[in-house]
Amino acid sequence: MKTDRRGFLKIGGLGILGFAARPLVDVLLRGDLVEASPAPDTLAGKRWAMAVNVSKCKEGCRDCIVACHSVHNVPDLGNPKDEVKWIWTESYKKIFPEQEQEFDARGGKPVVVLCNHCDNPPCVRVCPTKATFKRSDGIVMMDYHRCIGCRFCMAACPYGSRSLNWRDPRPFIKKINPEFPTRTRGVVEKCDFCVERLAKGLIPACVEACKEKALVFGNLKESGAEIREILRANHTIRRRPWLGTGPQIYYIV
Amino acid sequence: MAGIIIFLCLITFPIWYNVTGGKAEYVPDLKIVTQEKQCVESKGYMRNNHMQLLNEWRNTVVREGNRVYVASDGRKYDMSLSRTCLKCHVNKADFCDKCHNYVEVAPTCFNCHVVPEEKKS
Amino acid sequence: MLEKALIGSKKYYGLVTLLLIIIGAGFYFYLRQLSYGLGITGMSRDVSWGLYITQFTFLVGVAASAVMVVLPYYLHNYKIFGKITILGEFLAVASVAMCLTFIIADLGQPARAFNVLLYPTPTSILFWDMVVLNGYLLLNIVIGWTVLASERKSVPPPAWVKPLIYLSIPWAVSIHTVTAFIYAGIPGRGFWLTAIMAPRFLASAFASGPALLILMCFIVRRFTRFDPGKEAIQSLAKIVAYAVAVSVFFVLLEIFTVFYSQIPEHMHHFEYLFFGMEGHEKLVPWIWTSAILAILSLILLINPVTRRKEGILAMTCVAVFASLWIEKGLGLVITGFIPSPLGRVFEYSPTGPEVIITLGIWAMGFLILTILYKIAVTVKEEIST
Repeated sequence: MKTDRRGFLKIGGLGILGFAARPLVDVLLRGDLVEASPAPDTLAGKRWAMAVNVSKCKEGCRDCIVACHSVHNVPDLGNPKDEVKWIWTESYKKIFPEQEQEFDARGGKPVVVLCNHCDNPPCVRVCPTKATFKRSDGIVMMDYHRCIGCRFCMAACPYGSRSLNWRDPRPFIKKINPEFPTRTRGVVEKCDFCVERLAKGLIPACVEACKEKALVFGNLKESGAEIREILRANHTIRRRPWLGTGPQIYYIV
Repeated sequence: MAGIIIFLCLITFPIWYNVTGGKAEYVPDLKIVTQEKQCVESKGYMRNNHMQLLNEWRNTVVREGNRVYVASDGRKYDMSLSRTCLKCHVNKADFCDKCHNYVEVAPTCFNCHVVPEEKKS
Repeated sequence: MLEKALIGSKKYYGLVTLLLIIIGAGFYFYLRQLSYGLGITGMSRDVSWGLYITQFTFLVGVAASAVMVVLPYYLHNYKIFGKITILGEFLAVASVAMCLTFIIADLGQPARAFNVLLYPTPTSILFWDMVVLNGYLLLNIVIGWTVLASERKSVPPPAWVKPLIYLSIPWAVSIHTVTAFIYAGIPGRGFWLTAIMAPRFLASAFASGPALLILMCFIVRRFTRFDPGKEAIQSLAKIVAYAVAVSVFFVLLEIFTVFYSQIPEHMHHFEYLFFGMEGHEKLVPWIWTSAILAILSLILLINPVTRRKEGILAMTCVAVFASLWIEKGLGLVITGFIPSPLGRVFEYSPTGPEVIITLGIWAMGFLILTILYKIAVTVKEEIST
């Protein structure tokens, strides 16, 4: 067989491509090395939700915010551009813009907002790597290991619940809680309904911190749950429900 | 032809340089200062597969919400880098880093996960 | 054929060197961005996409426009475009290369980019955009290169490229449709939530792309012995005229629906864009410049006297390109974030490093374009002598 320079280069190139394909094949053929214990299905049969009683919420109080942000190592970057936040307050008329009217005394009242843990979350739909996903108990989770930082989820969230780490957050965390990881630059983060506390049988940090009992957290699938009773007996509204997202933070206004 | 020989010599230089220099047999001396006698799996398995095991732990905890690892001998562990691995291997610098530096890998685990206060010994 | 890119005039080397210097500067600031994080840019929690994604969106249009020369030539046997199909295809290659680089530059964790392949997610439009953009890049490289190589040997192109050429036509439409879906499928952003987004994208693409192609034809004719032909340029000009008209029409449709229905969620964004809001009006002068340029170029393109004067046509093409770069590049992406879902007006302006990185990627695209055009033009010159 006669090989000219051109042919040699072609074969050489293909050969090198072959080497490059090797890791890919390895990834695809990789089996599970170890077997984690079969998941004791603790998640199914649950649907976590929260009710916020706006009238009980004391103006100027930041207990829930401080509790959440210190437990989860949320940095305080001190400027609105780089800001990272999981739970914060906005004025009533900003979060329910279509329900406001000029004489409503609540117009300027700060109301607690956080991730709505939607039933039909747009952020999950748009994520190109499944880095954000919905657990069977309804919690919309972030896998910080997988996030590529494309910020499609930030564009897709109709509630502004997501923050990117525009820079290394560590220097901006006053006191690092060693029990919980920080994040790294370039990943998106948000409220996770305290999955790590729920796993230990604790309620979310914000709910625990609220002395006024303005926040009620519970399982909608549990027939005697307090949250079920609250939703049954009160008129509640949700943020922008007509978008079809099915938000699971209910406001009693 | 001579060109090919020179090329092969140059490209294999790091290998035979290390072999003749006796550096090929060097193994980093890791200090295991654990209280437990045995890791979650056997020493050999951990040496070869700890990265896959940690990835598996990570995915099971984060994505499936399952935090309990049942080892091959039936013992149960909390799947956690800082609460299980580092509770025992308190000397990250002498254990993790030493070998990772030797093989020139830079795992990004600790960009986020917090290293518990190291006991200086 | 690649060797043709190595031998050139002093001017050619000068241009390549200049582009390499700009690329170098961009790369230096990209390294800074890698170590600091995306906070080095002007993007914020509220305006989370900026210059990079706007350039990506705009350039997808330029890439898709290659179809405007390929389709008449291959489907309607419009011979006059025979000489410039290669220029269109190579322009598409350079544009898609820029698009993909802009996406990488925009990632917070670029090292993990392959997660898109490792965990393919068909519900994500970004996943499909990755698929169609890479496919389009490959199609245009293979088609352009093969056809040019056969042309050089004065033989008809191999039979297997024909199906690829036919495939590239709907594929060109797909890249811009999928890119429009990134925006048009998001429930909470009134500015983007419009079914006309994809046709609007295509109309503006078929104006800005061919406008750039006309300018490229002028440059090629000026500096080389290859003449794309007066008639080809005039036909392209007509395409630009129709496309600008349709593009302006589509924008007016949006403006009618939004301001007549007066639904706040949709209207606020347009108010911010055209008139400013709460004293914030950074985009206002830009968008009016774009509007005036669009109207002006429309007049100059429709009038046959001004269209046929090549000097005026060149100016008009610059105006079309600038107008649509503003409208789609700046207006369309950034305004979607202002006001934010929480009603906050937080403005965006790019930082110095961000602008230099952007220029670096443009220079990279123009370097690819220069090299590809150098090869194509040298081959064409050889054939004609």
